[in-house]
Amino acid sequence: MGSLKHADAHSSSDAGFLATRVDELVNWGRKNSLWPMPLGLSCCGIELMAMIGPKFDISRFGAEAARFSPRQCDLMIVAGTLTWKMAEAARTIYDQMPDPKWVIAMGVCSSSGGMYDSYSVVQGVDMILPVDLYVPGCPPRPDAVIDAILKLQKKIERESPIKNLMAGTVVGEYDEGTQRFVRAPNQAVPTTSSHEVLAPGEYEKR
Amino acid sequence: MSTIERIQAGLEGVTFKVVPSREGMTTIEVSITDAKETIRRLRDACGFETNTFVTAVDRHPREPRYELAWQFLSYRHNDRVRVHAAVRGDAPAAPTIIDLFPGAAYSERECFDMFGIVFEGHAGLKRLLMPEDYDHFPLRKDFPHQGIEPDRLYREWDRRRRERSPIAEESES
Ligand code: SF4
Repeated sequence: MGSLKHADAHSSSDAGFLATRVDELVNWGRKNSLWPMPLGLSCCGIELMAMIGPKFDISRFGAEAARFSPRQCDLMIVAGTLTWKMAEAARTIYDQMPDPKWVIAMGVCSSSGGMYDSYSVVQGVDMILPVDLYVPGCPPRPDAVIDAILKLQKKIERESPIKNLMAGTVVGEYDEGTQRFVRAPNQAVPTTSSHEVLAPGEYEKR
Repeated sequence: MSTIERIQAGLEGVTFKVVPSREGMTTIEVSITDAKETIRRLRDACGFETNTFVTAVDRHPREPRYELAWQFLSYRHNDRVRVHAAVRGDAPAAPTIIDLFPGAAYSERECFDMFGIVFEGHAGLKRLLMPEDYDHFPLRKDFPHQGIEPDRLYREWDRRRRERSPIAEESES
């Protein structure tokens, strides 16, 4: 399977055979039991419900256990228009989710602000959260979000949690040795006005 | 008796002007000082027992800048009336009507939130939709539609959050 191929590619680096194999097992477990946090903020939430319901049935992909407590979730699906007033709540929910965690921005509203080029709407949730996958559409069909979950599973396959643990790599940082992000990079682009994009860390310097 | 005749009879002694409205609704214009008395008479003498909304129009840069609009509905006569009053742009203020129509409280709060018009006598006049610390009045015509530092309050909250918990800082990717 795909995961085996990746494991072989990784084993050429320093990490031992055992770590790569255990990684594979851990990733297999993680990717097939994603527990979504359904952050349904507006109309996209309806499609999210359809996706969880019997017709589209994401339990086929092991992600049907939607929990309304962030403590039990590891996949945040931001479905809908995030306003600046709601942003604090969304960030709090994200912080309350235990690691490892992933974020899907569902719909153009959460990906980029969408049609709400407005003073009240966050112009993309990546301003406040690290996003793993963006799903276009207004709203995206449930199939598109299922596709995103499958892509996310592929992404999880490529992570190396145990290897990082043994190597002492801090999770969530850029690994100089392998030249790639150990976990999803934080693509947050803090801004001072809605369209002025600053590099990460720039905002704090002001 | 037509709507306008009923209003003319009820508003005996108040100066008001009947103005044309595009969609054909009966619309009268009064001065802001007479507005409260007009509305009281509309309720007591003309049978308009429901307030539909209180809102405003920003005529920037014309002066007087705001045009306040109240709309009332009469169930008994099945008709509506709209009352307009001009409000000056510097320190805009208007009398509250929540003692006549308690249901107008939320409309007035929204109008204050969006235009910054202060309804004098309103007991709980605070923002309805925008965060309470917000600095601007978004429906004013001189407010840019993308906002002025729309993320300021979030960033301030974020800074406080990081100061409160150093762990949050560490777990930042
Ligand atoms: S992307 Fe479209 S459907 Fe989804 S929340 Fe925004 S407006 Fe609604």
